[in-house]
Amino acid sequence: MNLRQWLGAWAAFLKVGDLLVLAIALMACGLSAVTLWQGGRPDRAVIKAGGRVFAEVDLTVPRILEVPGPLGATRIEIQPGRARVAADPGPRQYCVRQGWLSRAGAVAICAPNQVSLALSGRNADYDSLNY
Amino acid sequence: MTPSTTEIILRPSAEDHRVARHAAAAIVLTVAEAAIPLPLPGVKPGLANIIVLVVLARWGWREAAWVALLRVLVSSLLLGQFLAPGFFLSLAGSVASLAVLGLARHLPRRAFGPVSQSVLAAFAHIAGQLVVARAWLVPHDGVFYLVPVFALAATLFGLVNGLMAARLLQETSAPTAQQAGV
Repeated sequence: MNLRQWLGAWAAFLKVGDLLVLAIALMACGLSAVTLWQGGRPDRAVIKAGGRVFAEVDLTVPRILEVPGPLGATRIEIQPGRARVAADPGPRQYCVRQGWLSRAGAVAICAPNQVSLALSGRNADYDSLNY
Repeated sequence: MTPSTTEIILRPSAEDHRVARHAAAAIVLTVAEAAIPLPLPGVKPGLANIIVLVVLARWGWREAAWVALLRVLVSSLLLGQFLAPGFFLSLAGSVASLAVLGLARHLPRRAFGPVSQSVLAAFAHIAGQLVVARAWLVPHDGVFYLVPVFALAATLFGLVNGLMAARLLQETSAPTAQQAGV
């Protein structure tokens, strides 16, 4: 029995209503994915230095910011939909190693240099400090 | 020996034997399935539901409910999950899917086969589990983040289990149909 006959034998068990139910089920999958997985897209990045807001930028155009701190300059790279700390003078490089932040509420903190990068969006589903 | 006046003799009926046999098959499938490593908790083929579907079609909702609930109870005892969170999730899923199966079996037989019942029951199963999970285990809307994954699993495994149930129903009814034909 080849594959086609095998599939055909199984497909014979499917009635019209079954196909309808399957179609509705697949639509429910797609719909839930679209509605539930859309949230958390960030649209702004808030950069703070020494506890004060240094800059608030839209995540639309790529750019690089140099943020001054007590140890030197922290370089923050913005790209459409994401941002990262590209370079930091701090000793442990935690904020750099976090890599690209792409969800609203995500935060990278360069504590030694007193610089932080936070993404915000309309519907942030969590923030990584309180999470 | 004179028969004791206090002795209680249980006489299992044919229905009891049937329920026990089908529940045993469902329990075996659940225990076997527990050996399959799965990436996400909650995503399981749910092969025992094939038995529930067959019993539902053959013997009615009451026996299907007995089989499904005995399956949940005994397999949780065997797997050491009795009264653990997984047991309550499983129970909630089973109760929800039995409720939906009670409604779905009234769908016209001509257009809706076991696959419809299976898919609907699978969705009810995840819905029941999610309600318990959200209300009690993970009181945060974060659990709903996994809904699309669960829904896809319910569609896929609902289809596969429904096809298996349809095949089993056909094969077990084939001899009598042939006899009737001859």
